[in-house]
Amino acid sequence: MGRPVSYNVNVKPLEKDISIAGMPDGHQGEGFFATKMSDVVGLARKNSIWPLPFATSCCGIEFMATMGSHYDLARFGSERVGFSPRQCDLLMVMGTIAKKMGPVVKQVYLQMAEPRWVIAVGACACSGGIFDTYSVLQGIDQVVPVDVYVPGCPPRPEAIIDGVMRIQDLIGKESLRRRNGDRYKQLLESYGIQ
Amino acid sequence: MVEKFGEQVSAFSEPYGMLTFEAPKELNLKVLNFLYDDDELKFRFLTDLQAVHYPDNKGRELAVVYHLHNLVDNVRIRFKVFSDINTPDVYTATGLFSGANWMERETYDFFGVNFVGHPNMKRILNVDEMDYFPMRKEFPLEDQTRIDKDDEMFGRG
Repeated sequence: MGRPVSYNVNVKPLEKDISIAGMPDGHQGEGFFATKMSDVVGLARKNSIWPLPFATSCCGIEFMATMGSHYDLARFGSERVGFSPRQCDLLMVMGTIAKKMGPVVKQVYLQMAEPRWVIAVGACACSGGIFDTYSVLQGIDQVVPVDVYVPGCPPRPEAIIDGVMRIQDLIGKESLRRRNGDRYKQLLESYGIQ
Repeated sequence: MVEKFGEQVSAFSEPYGMLTFEAPKELNLKVLNFLYDDDELKFRFLTDLQAVHYPDNKGRELAVVYHLHNLVDNVRIRFKVFSDINTPDVYTATGLFSGANWMERETYDFFGVNFVGHPNMKRILNVDEMDYFPMRKEFPLEDQTRIDKDDEMFGRG
């Protein structure tokens, strides 16, 4: 019988022991390399994300495993976990958020500087999970905009890493003007954030 | 006890080995005071205070239950008062037991029992915006404000 979890069943041959981030598209010649500003900024940002863990329950334990040496989030440039929202780029909400905790999540989000990303880890943060009850927020996207949802109850560390890599993709491809655009302002306004 | 309050204290029983009785809700402080002050009874510790909702028990839907402990002789008793759900006013025990303060707030929060004379009668655990008392039986347990979960998919259509 196959493993119930489908992550990492296809073994990928390791090309090199150490891999470095690929070069963005551009023109190069002797002594120069020309590319888009957004690509360079995206490359720098995506490989040095500072996560802010907002861990309230068992998904937080899985995140601790993800940070630990076995799964080692540091391989993706995110080893520097910050505990001050003002220094962090990525808000990782892991675990059940009670309705009373909702304003706290929102305040933490507001304290983060732009550009900022949010990842909802686990069924509870995504949708309320099994806690379909009067006291639990049915998904953190009711109070803050979410970029990536990681399903699972709790998700395995591989799934959390997958979510972080999807965030990296988003960050790398993000246009520099996105955060000044009307669509983004409308998104924030729909959450009552100026 | 019966000498002092006569027929007003009633329904003495001993479920699970703990003496349980009830009194009219107007008498709750007199009974608690008597149990506290009496030299032999000495029930001077309030272990717990909560409510129970019996929707079929017309006219006495809400029961407020006091768990009292005599720390000297290690004896516990349970004392209930019943109230109509339309006038859920019960005198507060905060004057006698300081620990009753938060317990009564919790009971108010979940059952809507209005403790007359409580110094700070507001919600303690739930969000302040909540406009109902969630542990009363007429309210479903699930969050009624959700829009994303389809009842059909969860087998309650």
